[in-house]
Amino acid sequence: MYMFLAITAALFVAVILVLVRLFAGPTLYDRVLAANTFGTLTVLILSALGFVTERPDFLDIAMLYALVNFVSTIAILKFVRYRSFGRIRPETEDR
Amino acid sequence: MTKALGLLVALFALWLALSGYFKPFLLTVGVLSCLFTLYLARRMNLLDDEAVPLQLRLTLPLYWSWLGGEIFKSALAVSKVILSRDMAISQQFIAVESPLKTDMGHVIFANSITLTPGTVTVEAAPGKFLVHALTDEAAGPEGFAEMARRVAVVETR
Amino acid sequence: MDPALIGLACDLATGIAFLVGGTFLLIGTFGLIRLPDVWARFHAAGVIDTIGAELILIGMMFQTGLTQTTLKLALIGLFLFVTGPTATHAVANAAFVAGIRPQRLTRNEAEAVLGDDTPEGMKA
Repeated sequence: MYMFLAITAALFVAVILVLVRLFAGPTLYDRVLAANTFGTLTVLILSALGFVTERPDFLDIAMLYALVNFVSTIAILKFVRYRSFGRIRPETEDR
Repeated sequence: MTKALGLLVALFALWLALSGYFKPFLLTVGVLSCLFTLYLARRMNLLDDEAVPLQLRLTLPLYWSWLGGEIFKSALAVSKVILSRDMAISQQFIAVESPLKTDMGHVIFANSITLTPGTVTVEAAPGKFLVHALTDEAAGPEGFAEMARRVAVVETR
Repeated sequence: MDPALIGLACDLATGIAFLVGGTFLLIGTFGLIRLPDVWARFHAAGVIDTIGAELILIGMMFQTGLTQTTLKLALIGLFLFVTGPTATHAVANAAFVAGIRPQRLTRNEAEAVLGDDTPEGMKA
């Protein structure tokens, strides 16, 4: 129990440091990297909170968050690169 | 056919692991949704070596445990760089030859390089990878050759 | 074996995994702040995503025994293990294509890999 509280505290400190990088930038890729790391840390915090509150259902939320985090990272990068989520170029339509 | 059966078994095992209920109604629903997913995967031509990697050797967990040891060692090296006062980084883009035969082998090799802290795969060309390394030690060619040798053992039966 | 002894051993294993994982986690986030440019920061994020996250999840697995919860933790761990490097590669590749370059390069073999497709400013 105390171990989980301790690791949750450490994770919160890590999240605050990552948020500093998220706001400081300076490039977009710093921010995307920090957002991705933030997502990983959120997954860990959710799992640890599931143990602290003794509700294992939190793990399902953590798993879902891991999936959404990966997809959103790729989606942001794709949007920044092509300015579109759908068709990239007419000649690569069939791929 | 083997691929379809393998995917079905894997999907149903995932269903059981995530649901944890063994009531007849829920099991029936689970089988039905797995069959529907299988039908969709077949329609999308997904039943190939990438989606259902049955061609990999069963010693893959052994490779993962070896990789875990390597990750630990290089994480220690990167931590030392971060905590040292003068931060002795020497960034470099290096070319790494990939002697592997299958696409899956290339993917495992490139992902292993990225997983190891201190090296990140940046760009891929046929048979080669462009790797960004943080320090001179991380960029040593011996480590990559050893890793490629171990992936080659795993990639095909 | 005595169940109390096994419980103690599991607690000890969790403690060690949390201690080592948490230390790597904090070092990684510190590196994310301290390292000079985005290319160096990829490696700090790698420390957090791989060893920090996996060790903490393994530490949690010692506390659940052999139940469904353990299986879910293992699934989360496997998922992070597979998608972590893919996401890092995606960010690194996007930064490379967008023309973000390291502050100082000691060695550059980009031309050996990319040939004629090498972007301007990366040719040796």
